[in-house]
Amino acid sequence: MNAMIGQPVRRREDIRFITGRGRYTDDINLPGQTYAAFARSPYARAKIGRVETAAALATPGVVAVFTGADLTAGGIGPLPCGWLVKSTDGADMKVAPRPPLAATQVNFVGEPYAIVVGETLESARAGVEALDVQFEELEAQASLATAMEGVQIHEGIEKNLSFHWALGDRTKTDAAFAAASHVTRLEFANNRLIPNAIEPRACVAAYDASTEDFTLYTTSQNPHLERLILAAFVGLAPEHKLRVVSPDVGGGFGSKIFVYPEETAAAWAARRVLRPVKWTADRSEAFLSDAHGRDHLTTAELALDAEGTFLGLRVKTRANLGAYLSTFGSSVPTYLYGTLLAGQYRTPAIHVEVDGVYTNTAPVDAYRGAGRPEATYVVERIVETAARELGLDPAEIRRRNFIRPDQFPYETPVALVYDTGDYEQSLARALTLADVAGFPARRAASEARGKRRGLGYSCYIEACGLAPSQLAIQLGAGVGLYESGEIRVNPTGSVTVFTGSHSHGQGHETTFAQVVATKFGISMEQVEVVHGDTGRMEFGLGTYGSRSLAVGGSALVKSAEKVIDKGKRISGHMLETTPDEIDFEEGVFRAKGTNRQMTFGEVALAAYVPSNFPEGLEPGLSEKTFYDPKNFTYPAGTHIAEVEIDPDTGVVTVAAFTAVDDFGEIINPMIVAGQVHGGVAQGIGQALLEHGVYDDNGQLMTGSFMDYAMPRADDLPSFAVDTTVTPCTHNPLGAKGCGEAGAIGSPAAIINAVTDALKVKDIAMPASPERVWRAANS
Amino acid sequence: MKVSMVVNGVPRELETRSNALLVDLLRHDLRLTGVHVGCDTSQCGACTVRMNGAAVKSCTVLAGQAEGAEVTTIEGLGQPGALHPLQAAFQETHGLQCGFCTPGMIMTALDLLESGERLDEARVRAGLDGNFCRCTGYHNIVRAVLLAAGANA
Repeated sequence: MNAMIGQPVRRREDIRFITGRGRYTDDINLPGQTYAAFARSPYARAKIGRVETAAALATPGVVAVFTGADLTAGGIGPLPCGWLVKSTDGADMKVAPRPPLAATQVNFVGEPYAIVVGETLESARAGVEALDVQFEELEAQASLATAMEGVQIHEGIEKNLSFHWALGDRTKTDAAFAAASHVTRLEFANNRLIPNAIEPRACVAAYDASTEDFTLYTTSQNPHLERLILAAFVGLAPEHKLRVVSPDVGGGFGSKIFVYPEETAAAWAARRVLRPVKWTADRSEAFLSDAHGRDHLTTAELALDAEGTFLGLRVKTRANLGAYLSTFGSSVPTYLYGTLLAGQYRTPAIHVEVDGVYTNTAPVDAYRGAGRPEATYVVERIVETAARELGLDPAEIRRRNFIRPDQFPYETPVALVYDTGDYEQSLARALTLADVAGFPARRAASEARGKRRGLGYSCYIEACGLAPSQLAIQLGAGVGLYESGEIRVNPTGSVTVFTGSHSHGQGHETTFAQVVATKFGISMEQVEVVHGDTGRMEFGLGTYGSRSLAVGGSALVKSAEKVIDKGKRISGHMLETTPDEIDFEEGVFRAKGTNRQMTFGEVALAAYVPSNFPEGLEPGLSEKTFYDPKNFTYPAGTHIAEVEIDPDTGVVTVAAFTAVDDFGEIINPMIVAGQVHGGVAQGIGQALLEHGVYDDNGQLMTGSFMDYAMPRADDLPSFAVDTTVTPCTHNPLGAKGCGEAGAIGSPAAIINAVTDALKVKDIAMPASPERVWRAANS
Repeated sequence: MKVSMVVNGVPRELETRSNALLVDLLRHDLRLTGVHVGCDTSQCGACTVRMNGAAVKSCTVLAGQAEGAEVTTIEGLGQPGALHPLQAAFQETHGLQCGFCTPGMIMTALDLLESGERLDEARVRAGLDGNFCRCTGYHNIVRAVLLAAGANA
């Protein structure tokens, strides 16, 4: 198999998945295991009175019942938010403590307040039913629109406001608007989404009383972060006594980054009952208790001159945090949102203000794209709207304002320095691939059939591989943003790679093996990639923010270079020359200008059989790296959506979707295209189908797949995808990241196409048949 | 209650609860963990298996209803090294990412392949609309089924 970087190598992990031999968390069964079920609040806001557990404990098969009060008494602290955001007045964000199990008050429907452990799942559930709880229902504040004027949810947090955050130069922005010849204004919502990885969250927790060791198998995108938080903040166990394993994980999309109440309570319970405790969410629980995504209300204004040059952008957003700050809930609507509002453009003055507010709904946190889809939606909707108002071609207005290739590195007015890009190139390629020239004829054909047809563009940018650590920590991050990568060359010359990244569908086992095999000039079959176990690699920050290759892959490149350096020292000694007289190429260490050489495998064996190593040359061939990026990476591209609308039914058909993305250098184009497909599907889902809805009492109205419209195979077209390449300038792979781009660029493209077809200024997401029908027939 | 069935070619006689679902029997009693559970409303299709030659969502079948049936799960299709052409096609086209929906998707697609219908993209998409995938956007799943069907993918 040709493992070279850039080849569409078929995935090695597929074999276990296509034969039913994957090992997901719920597939793990430990001897003597018990089953957990959670008692969850039926109210959006209520005081918890007496919790009577006698009947539950008397239920056949029930092993134990623990309440929020029990966990508090057991020293289990609240689940922390990992990013401290400051308000414009310098004050820290206001944090409502989130106990793993509510003890005194529940604040959203589905919030757990007790765990019942049973011999079987049925007995645990029967125990939950037998709990007798006195709730005192309180008035709830479920609506985001009225959250700052409504009932105060948490003591001491007025207006339900956690933070009022701002970025950019207000004075300069106001001046730009004063000088503008045209101002385009839009008000819209970015709809609440429910991530819905097809594998529900799950855990199996075990405690060994003889060694005081915990083992927690759980559906986490970042097991080391889970361990760190549970050890350092929650107080479950000392870090060296807690092993967290993320086995095969069935999709994450952000929702499995976070530390949740359920695995915390289950692990604590395992120590109390001295038996393993297993919990697997059913889908109804997932809807209620997984962190949701998006949910913004935004007013945006773009100031332009008469030629369509952008002069200033002013954005005010109210972001829903839910009832509590989830693990990274504060960073998503601030540092991952406001910083992206320059888009691909030279807009000289930008000011953004964000109110982060609590509501009696499930916590909101990162969901594929995390802040960047919201920012792209603002920029690309208002740019398209401005083009229409000024009578400019939507591609032309973008070209006039693009940052040009010769302007990089480019510092935006919202704190980022883009290192490289060529936005005109990806736009031009997308215009060709989408056959925009042929659109008028296709529109005429649609109209002849009584349909309406629209075209919409979205030229997005995103920031991936959050970095560097020093800056992030200054801005409030509670962890560094590096990644670890270790390469152990075994005595026989095969290689075991340990990464702190985690794959839950992204294909690291293949991609990372391609990287390492290429570096060493050995076959891919000689390289094994291990991830997802705090017991096997020393640290890692996991997978989110499209960071795995740019950060985790770069760590492996650095480690590979260290291995090669050591190999040169070993082979230099063995070949009776000096290390700098050794060349390494295609798996062979060769003394320059001679025919004396050692293969990679021979050097490995020599490293472990050091018959006459000199002083200072250690045996062994194993190296590791903590790679801390110097900057974000900036994937960017153009998405073009073409839709056809049936005005009689309001049904929107995505006739074509084109994505041309610049992800920098690509290791495996097959996997990259797959990431784009999936992201675009989620973005089309946001634009046309998906909406997490609470009623005014805080009851989730979309709590099942029968109420929450997930994209199905027949809702989507095949996609046209292509890439352009400007290599990232600051990491050794030149890679930027591709995991989220599809979800970031596509919603604006779809809504731009729908509004183009309907000839309306705006339509709310999701553009459901009802909304579209009303717009088409008003 | 007792229930007898042939699972992946092996005759089984099992003691089970009268309200047990087929999926419980397969996943828990027989430890056929390739049969996945992704929802509780029969919407996602992750638990799809073949019963008497037709795809069924095993969360929607009582174990007792499978009395005397021939049941095939993903484990009974092809093996590593001896893949069924549909399994091979999923790998070839990158028709899976996290793999969680994949067993159900393959068992559903098998119905399409064995239907004798002429398959094109629209028919495959319609035929898969009872199975959710959150990773692939279905693009490469559709290609996989068409490849296995010998159609142009």
